[in-house]
Amino acid sequence: MTQTNRLQGGMIDRSRTLSFRFDGKAFQGHPGDTLASALLANDVRLMGRSFKYHRPRGPMTAGSEEPNAIVELRTGARQEPNTRATTAELFDGLVANSQNRWPSLRFDAMGVNDWLSPFFAAGFYYKTFMWPAKFWEKLYEPMIRRAAGLGSVSFEPDPDSYDKGFLYCDLLVIGGGPAGLATALRAGEAGARVILADEDFTLGGRLNAETHEVAGMAGHAWAAQAVARLADMPNVRVMPRTTILGAFDHGTYGALERVSDHLAVPEKGKPRQILWRIYSKHALLAAGATERPIAFENNDRPGIMLAGAVRSYVNRWAVTPAQNVAIFTNNDDGHRTATDLRTRGVNVAAVIDTRPDAPDGGDFEVIRGGVITNTSGRLGLTGIEVRTADGGQRKISCGALGVSGGWNPNVALTCHQGGRPAWNTDIAAFVPGSTLPPNMSVAGAANGVFTTHGAFHTGAKAASQILDHLGLSAPAPDLPEAEDGPVNLTPFWHVKDAKRAWVDQQNDVTAKDVKLAHQENFVSVEHLKRYTTLGMATDQGKTSNMAGLAIMAEVAGKSIPEVGTTMFRPPYTPTAIGAFAGRSRDKDFRPVRKTPSHVWAEEKGAVFVEVGMWLRAQWFPQPGETHWRESVDREVLQTRKSVGICDVTTLGKIDVQGADAADFLNRIYCNGFAKLPVGKTRYGLMLREDGIAMDDGTAARLADDHFVVTTTTANAVGVYRHMEFVRQCLFPDMDVQLISTTEAWAQFAVAGPNARKLLRKVVDDDYDVSNEGFPFMACAEITVCGGLRARLFRISFSGELAYEIAVPTRYGDAMIRKLMQAGEEFDVVPYGTEALGVMRIEKGHAAGNELNGTTTALNLGMGRMVSKKKDSIGSTLSEREGLNEDDALKLVGFKPVDNSKPVPAGSHLMTKGSQVDAAHDQGYVTSACYSPNLGCHIGIGFLKSGHARTGEVIRLVSPLTGIDHEVEVVSAHFVDPEGERLRA
Amino acid sequence: MMIDHPTLGPRDAAEFVYMGCASLINRPDWQAEDALQQFIDYGYQRDNPSGAHRELWFHEGGDRSWLVVTRDTVTHAITQVELARDVARREGRSK
Repeated sequence: MTQTNRLQGGMIDRSRTLSFRFDGKAFQGHPGDTLASALLANDVRLMGRSFKYHRPRGPMTAGSEEPNAIVELRTGARQEPNTRATTAELFDGLVANSQNRWPSLRFDAMGVNDWLSPFFAAGFYYKTFMWPAKFWEKLYEPMIRRAAGLGSVSFEPDPDSYDKGFLYCDLLVIGGGPAGLATALRAGEAGARVILADEDFTLGGRLNAETHEVAGMAGHAWAAQAVARLADMPNVRVMPRTTILGAFDHGTYGALERVSDHLAVPEKGKPRQILWRIYSKHALLAAGATERPIAFENNDRPGIMLAGAVRSYVNRWAVTPAQNVAIFTNNDDGHRTATDLRTRGVNVAAVIDTRPDAPDGGDFEVIRGGVITNTSGRLGLTGIEVRTADGGQRKISCGALGVSGGWNPNVALTCHQGGRPAWNTDIAAFVPGSTLPPNMSVAGAANGVFTTHGAFHTGAKAASQILDHLGLSAPAPDLPEAEDGPVNLTPFWHVKDAKRAWVDQQNDVTAKDVKLAHQENFVSVEHLKRYTTLGMATDQGKTSNMAGLAIMAEVAGKSIPEVGTTMFRPPYTPTAIGAFAGRSRDKDFRPVRKTPSHVWAEEKGAVFVEVGMWLRAQWFPQPGETHWRESVDREVLQTRKSVGICDVTTLGKIDVQGADAADFLNRIYCNGFAKLPVGKTRYGLMLREDGIAMDDGTAARLADDHFVVTTTTANAVGVYRHMEFVRQCLFPDMDVQLISTTEAWAQFAVAGPNARKLLRKVVDDDYDVSNEGFPFMACAEITVCGGLRARLFRISFSGELAYEIAVPTRYGDAMIRKLMQAGEEFDVVPYGTEALGVMRIEKGHAAGNELNGTTTALNLGMGRMVSKKKDSIGSTLSEREGLNEDDALKLVGFKPVDNSKPVPAGSHLMTKGSQVDAAHDQGYVTSACYSPNLGCHIGIGFLKSGHARTGEVIRLVSPLTGIDHEVEVVSAHFVDPEGERLRA
Repeated sequence: MMIDHPTLGPRDAAEFVYMGCASLINRPDWQAEDALQQFIDYGYQRDNPSGAHRELWFHEGGDRSWLVVTRDTVTHAITQVELARDVARREGRSK
């Protein structure tokens, strides 16, 4: 019969049966079960293999602190490694597989590591794989990588979606046990906006796991009533399946809500998980406590678990891990487990209590002053060996063992803002320290108050104080009657002289490893952690850190608080990267900006390139063109021969208006703008305050008090930010206003000898575009196509007779179609960013590659542009000696001596005959292309002493790519150096 | 982090861009005799205190105002938020 370990009662729905598979075998459970409780009900204790020694392991806990029972959940693309069986809610059709074993869970070949364990002590890797050094990359690392890791990933895209959300509240209650429920009720009734979050799917905390009565009813029934009352309050949001991951600055908390993890497939339209950012005025931590084990020889066999977890399984899930159970404890709490087992008719083999004065339990044997010295059972516990107080040995057979070494308050969130916990001798545990995150309070077991009565009272007290702060009032609460038993505990961490007493079961760290680390002088607790890997597994040592500290304190002859704790950092429990990514994946990784001519360009078959967030046409292939350069060469040649059109909308546009607009631009640009006449455009170079070039562009003066500034595509955001800084912080009383209009105007470059003829066909007749009426660098507000307002600038990046025409963005698509139609008679060609780049290199214009954050105006050949007659950003520091040396780098051009050779950007320049090393570096190539006009590759870049070396043949080297040939230093202006075309 | 914007109220720090020490407001006089040295100090010599620090934040995802935020670099506690323009005026940057 299935579910042989199922008892009566419990919080499961027996009216429905759920089928699931574990390692291929079919089992049954009920709604309300976790995977672990359902497997235990079916008498399965073995659920995994350990990380390092591949030892058989079963669940140690009944919650999120689980180190052992971690499995691969689901299959195919939804396969999820390292899932804790103790928190995975059972659903019909659930499929889980054990991990870190081969070929099977019962027989694992890597179990050989266990026999070799004497070689794998702390620091094994550091000591073993040191030598010979060259073996590391080829042999050791691949070998270790193969052996390491727990679960496997599917390597398929996750089919589910993850959301992010934002919540606001007066009070965030973390934990839905008695303290959290009492606080939420009080605050909710007083009218505060409350969020109550709990990682479990059923709120109630330990009330669900214990048999204590509250207000005369079962604890879990009281909890269910409390949750129902809260759910009825419109100002309270109850969030089950929600883990508070971290406490961040200023009352902000991160939370992960597992919306659909308990379903086979998320409901249509629902995400798998939601990562919430919760903004709270106050927070109450009521996260309870985590039981800690005692370390002893072979304390890791399946069936050995925490005594409190045994109670959870028995009381909440009506499951006993075996039909015959023993208890090992140093406190009264362990006796409760025996009592609860007996009440359910489970045999209690014995209670071994380390305290010689342990109380008398009831109808079970108590071995006072006893310790467990060994256990037996290869794939599951079959018995224990006990050393009694008088030194005698006893063998006791049992299928499960509940262990209790006391409870540790869950202080993690109190430490996320730098706080350190404080030691409390009464409970031999760390409790929240005096420095808490601002506006956080702690109540109940999280604060070291372990009774239900104490939880209610500390929760109610915290609620009163918080309500006072919020200016809300509520009548004194009528708190329910609840147990208030004392905590009787005598610290006991590990049974001495054990060969292999496991401290950290997930990372296979023994008490001996901790001692070895100390022996090898790892005296800081942070070093101990990293050397032994104690507490570094996915469970972050929730059940193991305390014993590690205690053993370290013992060998160091210090007290536990003197040893201290390691830092607690978010997230509180492992969180899928998918949750952090949210919707930002694939094409939604970041926004895409499309130009106004995008649809048209798509129709023309354009190939697009990402420039910042923009998608720009890179080139427009024509039928028969098989290589991108055929398209680009054609676009360049046709533009220079007749006319070409390019969408330049992506360049940043900043509108500058106000009486002081000209004065303001004078400060922003290193060259002068005060005297720029209305109707003229000027090239401007912006420096950073340290004298390095920041950006360049043009400023067109449309009116005395109105300029339009352009920036490079990539720097549009940064330049605007800089200009606002100068305006607000440096010259706060200038009469000038700025606004970014990049998206407001669609702008097209029309370049080539026939550009004017083409434009004449679209510009309304009222406007003169002749060379005399609208000369080079002119600008004007005009109308096109019979009354559409537009802006026209006679500026040229290509070196040709060229214009840029701007129309309101919504007319951008119509404008490109109109321009192309008007240009048909001239065989107009659209060109993309590649042809744009080729033409600007042919012309020797600097762009992003040259304005690369290391170059000055002098380097760019614009040293004389930096006005000395006025104050502008960067002008003073550009005069520094080091930036003005005689042999400073200058922008020049390069042509290969052998015309068939390329001039790749990034190559470095060396004087002929000199050594090729950094000390002899003469400069580097910044931009390069094949010039269809010159019929060879060309490049521009920076060379020491620059133009003075025109005609010199130098060496071009790139040791990484094997380039080493000669180039000639030439002017950077390869095409039309006199600038006759653009003035034509 | 939350920044209590003087005109917009509490806003998430994600809406802002950080620049650095608010001493950047005190740009030297370019005509001073030792202007070069003053600009070197202005550009490169800045305090990096453990504790209260006045720093510049730009509300890029908001109203595009520059703020001077006084923030404790240890605890991240923010004790004062002002419009940088008001600070600049107070510190004599009016033309």
